[in-house]
Amino acid sequence: MLNKWRASDIPALLAAAFLVIIILVALCAPLLAPYDPTFGNLTARLLPPAWMEGGRPDYLLGTDHLGRDELSRIMYGARISLAVGIGAVLFAGTLGTAVGIIAGYSRGLADQIIMRVVDAWMAMPSLIFAIFLAAMVGPSAGNVILILGLVYWTRFARLVRGEVLSLRERDFVKLAIVSGASSWRIMLRHMLPNVVNTVLVLGTLTLGVMIVTEASLSFLGVGVPSPEAAWGLMLAEGKAPMMGGKWWLTVFPGLGIMLTVLAASVLGDWLRVKLDPKGKRR
Amino acid sequence: MWVARLVTKRLFYAAISLAILALTVMIFSRISGDPAMMLLGPDASPEDLTAMRSKLGLDQPFVMQYLYYIGNAVRGDFGQSIYYNESTLSLYLQRLPASLLLASVAFAWSVALGVGAGILSAVSRNRMLNGTVSLFALTGMAVPPFWVGLVLIMYLSVDKQWLPSSGSGTWQHLVMPALSLGWYFAASNMRLTRSAMLEVMDSDFVRLARLKGIPEWRVVLRHALPGALIPVITLSAINLVLMINAAVVIETVFAWPGVGRLLYDGISYRDMPLIQAVVLISGAMVVVVSLLLDFLYVLIDPRIRHAE
Repeated sequence: MLNKWRASDIPALLAAAFLVIIILVALCAPLLAPYDPTFGNLTARLLPPAWMEGGRPDYLLGTDHLGRDELSRIMYGARISLAVGIGAVLFAGTLGTAVGIIAGYSRGLADQIIMRVVDAWMAMPSLIFAIFLAAMVGPSAGNVILILGLVYWTRFARLVRGEVLSLRERDFVKLAIVSGASSWRIMLRHMLPNVVNTVLVLGTLTLGVMIVTEASLSFLGVGVPSPEAAWGLMLAEGKAPMMGGKWWLTVFPGLGIMLTVLAASVLGDWLRVKLDPKGKRR
Repeated sequence: MWVARLVTKRLFYAAISLAILALTVMIFSRISGDPAMMLLGPDASPEDLTAMRSKLGLDQPFVMQYLYYIGNAVRGDFGQSIYYNESTLSLYLQRLPASLLLASVAFAWSVALGVGAGILSAVSRNRMLNGTVSLFALTGMAVPPFWVGLVLIMYLSVDKQWLPSSGSGTWQHLVMPALSLGWYFAASNMRLTRSAMLEVMDSDFVRLARLKGIPEWRVVLRHALPGALIPVITLSAINLVLMINAAVVIETVFAWPGVGRLLYDGISYRDMPLIQAVVLISGAMVVVVSLLLDFLYVLIDPRIRHAE
């Protein structure tokens, strides 16, 4: 399925290329960024981008209210957004897949109990649930990964359980059961490889949701704490200067979030169509 | 007969969901520390702490505390707010009308635009129109709603000075919060309506209707649309509840006095009982609305009615 490229694959290709660039920038931020993202030069506060009147060429995207370089902060912000987003997807995906396979394979009482918990947790509006957990454990990047994982694992669990329930009826699984394979072996060797594609698609699509939720938490002051350069936090700190016309502190971090999330969702949609033989184009 | 069975089963599941919700909120709340300590402050004497613990029932076994918590919640007692020194439920109810107003305006425009554009782009072969709809559906779901709000403020308040940037009271105050809150939902409605319509337009009964020579507009509106609307209605009803609750960030950006802003206040003042109450009430609202939706489907969808 992957050997034939069509014109409809171009957006996904661009999205993948963009994500690779962002990931490289995030990884190499200490080498690429012209300044320390948390160091403020008080003689260069609220400078506009370099191409505007009053801008300085050594501060390409301008500076914030403490004289910190906006470009360096955007680069380090990519680091935080991606690390938290990918970390949270891995955590939620692993936990949800494990729970989903166990629930779907065991059926019976264990399945009933697990699914009731999943239902109840999914009923909580995700941002409210995340804010609640964040208020309980306190702000830090590590805690945000934990929180997002706890809020979103239920989506993976429900999807994987559904797949496993139908896999269980397939001949190759029945054969494995009859031939006396242990439950662990069946779950790891027969179930897991067959749900990996589904998890990969949901994971890519959830990455964007994670990044937006992290930005919202940081914006509200319960996510990544100051003085770190998280995009959501930059938007919160840039709001007061923005009211005085300093638009660059609002536009650039927001564009960072938007483009990254857009790339992840375009790639996720493409994967869904490519990896699912029955997949309908939506 | 089966209706009664179905209703009992759904009611039972909803009750279990609510019980698990309460348990979750309670367990995670305990992680953050001793409630008695939080009420009295760090320099309270050990005697006062012991007295407060027994007053709050914290010296009881966990199961008893849980049952008290549920019993109180059922009677409408979600605890006292520390900062406002008022019942958390009455605080929530005071703020609810503002949130309802904001959510319903955002809901109305996002459904009207989303469903309308979704149908049009599923039916039309105009590439410009389809391109615009797909682009909005994609980008609309990628931007954080609060950023839409900030950009609107930047343009309409700071630059043009047409609309007030925060507060409430007049219709002008409502425009930007409602636009930014509905943005994401308009995009998601558009996407869902489009794909549901495309699917139904491809089904046998729509082809049959066309073969019978029924005019195309009638095929779309009378035959295809009702079938496509079911997933859209599910999403919308849940969205309305989510909007009331998920407006936290929007309400904070625009200083809109709703439930979301109440939650933000709770965080700023570290008012744990208030945070817990808002979380529990909003989760309960979603459970109840999903339950009502399930019942509604049984009434309107013949496929469910006859499947049993």
